[in-house]
Amino acid sequence: MAVSTSARLPAAATVPRRRRTGRLAPYGFVAPFFTLFAAFGLFPLLYTAYVSLHRVELQTADRMDWLGLQNYTRLLEDPFFWNALRNTFTIGVLSTVPQLLMALGLAHLLNYRLRGRTFFRVAMLMPYATSVAAATLVFAQLFGRDYGLINWLLGSAGLGPVDWQASTWASQLGVSAIVTWRWTGYNALIYLAGMQAVPGELYESAAVDGASRWQQFRHITVPGLRPTIVFTVVVSTIGATQLFGEPLLYEGNAGGGISHQYQTLGLYLYEQGWSFFHLGRAAAVAWVMFLLIVVLALVNAAVAARRNRTDR
Amino acid sequence: MRPFRVRNTAAALGSTALAATLLLTGCGSGGSGSADAAGGKVTLTVDLFGTFGFKESGLYDEYMKLHPEITVKQTDTQDEAQYWQALQTKLAGGGGLADVQGLEVGRVASVVQKQADKFTDLKTLGLGGVNDDLVPWKGAAVKTADGRVLGAGTDIGPEAICYRTDLFKAAGLPTDRTELAARWSTWQGYLDLGKQYAAKAEAGNAWTDSAAGMFTAEVGQQKIRYADESGKPVHDSSPAVKTAWADATRLVADGLSAKLPQWTPEWNKAFTTGKFATLSCPAWMIGYIKGQAADAGSGKWDIAPGPGKTGNWGGSYLTVPKTAKHPKEAAELIKWLTAKEQQAKLFTKQGSFPSSTGAQAAIKDTTDPYFNNAPIGLIFSESAANMPAQVLGTDDGVITKAFTDALGEVERTATAPQTAWQHALDNIKKANGS
Repeated sequence: MAVSTSARLPAAATVPRRRRTGRLAPYGFVAPFFTLFAAFGLFPLLYTAYVSLHRVELQTADRMDWLGLQNYTRLLEDPFFWNALRNTFTIGVLSTVPQLLMALGLAHLLNYRLRGRTFFRVAMLMPYATSVAAATLVFAQLFGRDYGLINWLLGSAGLGPVDWQASTWASQLGVSAIVTWRWTGYNALIYLAGMQAVPGELYESAAVDGASRWQQFRHITVPGLRPTIVFTVVVSTIGATQLFGEPLLYEGNAGGGISHQYQTLGLYLYEQGWSFFHLGRAAAVAWVMFLLIVVLALVNAAVAARRNRTDR
Repeated sequence: MRPFRVRNTAAALGSTALAATLLLTGCGSGGSGSADAAGGKVTLTVDLFGTFGFKESGLYDEYMKLHPEITVKQTDTQDEAQYWQALQTKLAGGGGLADVQGLEVGRVASVVQKQADKFTDLKTLGLGGVNDDLVPWKGAAVKTADGRVLGAGTDIGPEAICYRTDLFKAAGLPTDRTELAARWSTWQGYLDLGKQYAAKAEAGNAWTDSAAGMFTAEVGQQKIRYADESGKPVHDSSPAVKTAWADATRLVADGLSAKLPQWTPEWNKAFTTGKFATLSCPAWMIGYIKGQAADAGSGKWDIAPGPGKTGNWGGSYLTVPKTAKHPKEAAELIKWLTAKEQQAKLFTKQGSFPSSTGAQAAIKDTTDPYFNNAPIGLIFSESAANMPAQVLGTDDGVITKAFTDALGEVERTATAPQTAWQHALDNIKKANGS
């Protein structure tokens, strides 16, 4: 925005050649992004769509047989696809909801004047800076059935061991725990930035009116943060839909557990393409995931827009 | 007003386009650096899975001493399934392949039938007879219908049973090899002895590691397993699979399994803690046990002939992909590595049982101090001699995984065997159905 207005202003006062230059320069500046996007975003997207209409096997990748929409119809008939979709949803809820609630609470605490505030803020971002692989491998050890720390703690509390890999709910909780651990701090910092934009006078006058901390949080912080919350929800939803690294490395196989009990859509795609070598089908999964994310983003936007209208 | 202004739009667009092109080309040309150093030196790359033992037993060093102009560099992926995935990705992309690539026996049919064009016919490198000294099925499996030789055979996996003498003693079981071999001459006998063990063993000490291990070993004793001679899939009806499935689920029902998934960290740790007393042991497992249990396990383990005194589980090949940079030198190396002297040496040092008949004759008297001086040469030779010439299918690897996963469901999530069986068939259909 700023660039385009400032580019137009001087152009109006100078010679025509300069004016044209002034008009075109912004395109020059945005060109690198769009060039890269065309090469690494748009082209793969379209080529994936093309591949998804063919039978392509990794072992004989030069051969493409036209299938039309057969890859898609097969996908919708495949119970493993629906299983993966269900798992993506449950793991998404299990990880995103507590993650955002905890982030909101943490951000609220860090918004107070605390000793060592910077330290806490940096510490919170550390998990985000950790690689997925490292975090997942450590968590996989903690969640070990026979020699894991968590089962040892459960044991000393008198509870029986939990099979964090084979049991459906336990394994989904395990994967969600990794996601939550990695992303809570990141979201908390975003909320914190949003909170600092809320004018301090609002809190002061609320305090004068006798509002408690909790009331201040509910009636000032949360409404003031609405756009930030919408942003984090959208980003988390997209992240949850694409969830891949954590479940892949949890036990180190693309099946997502012996009963596919925590196989997400991302893993299902990877298994089709790189365990079974059906590239055409993997491409179809990729496109279904893409459309799913578009729909989810639209739903998010619609919900946010409606809330804005009813509130004002 | 503006801090920065590009005078010439064309220059602006041009420079950004140039930057973009540089980025693109920069991405495209990676990973093709030549390994040649100055002075005619050749670096051969070898990419393997699991533990072949060439490095551990000093064979590379020996080879480099014999051929000073050659340097051998090995990379290694522990899990064969991951290795296979990476290999397929590289074959499809045509880059990143080593001069020598390992190949597991469960994948060889797939390569011979679907990807023969991506590997060098060893005949063209003067190694037409490289498999002549091997047990006949080993060489036949890696030959295409039109007679191309795609790989050189390394080891085979004759089966026995490894057991913990200390745990056996504690549970009042005999520890003598001959007596045990007689007691578990059948899988029924193996399960019966297991029940006897379970009655007296400490809680948390199971008879064997997993249902999957027993299943794979038992299936490996039959000629026809997952596909018949014509290549037709028979995994849902072959007696080999049905019997092994029934026995393995009985193992679970009797509470004899430690329910450990093989090739995972939990399984590895259990080698030292003694969570299980017996283990289905293809010859190469000897090296694995030594690697996992290390000094803590020395003298505690022993080996006896297993039920049926036969079976094959695993074994490998060495291949030269078409894209190898030094095919001639690679061929020389694999010829030497799979020659009978080196195969014999690998057995005595690592336990990988030779596919070469010449080497088999040479190692008959080998004993292993780690396993109470068990006559491993004799035990595995007998097992190998009884071994059927297995019919290999293109999807053996995928099918094995589906069945072992399903057995994991039976033992770890209390899924009914009938339901798990159906899951396995569904999974195989998902992987193969076109």
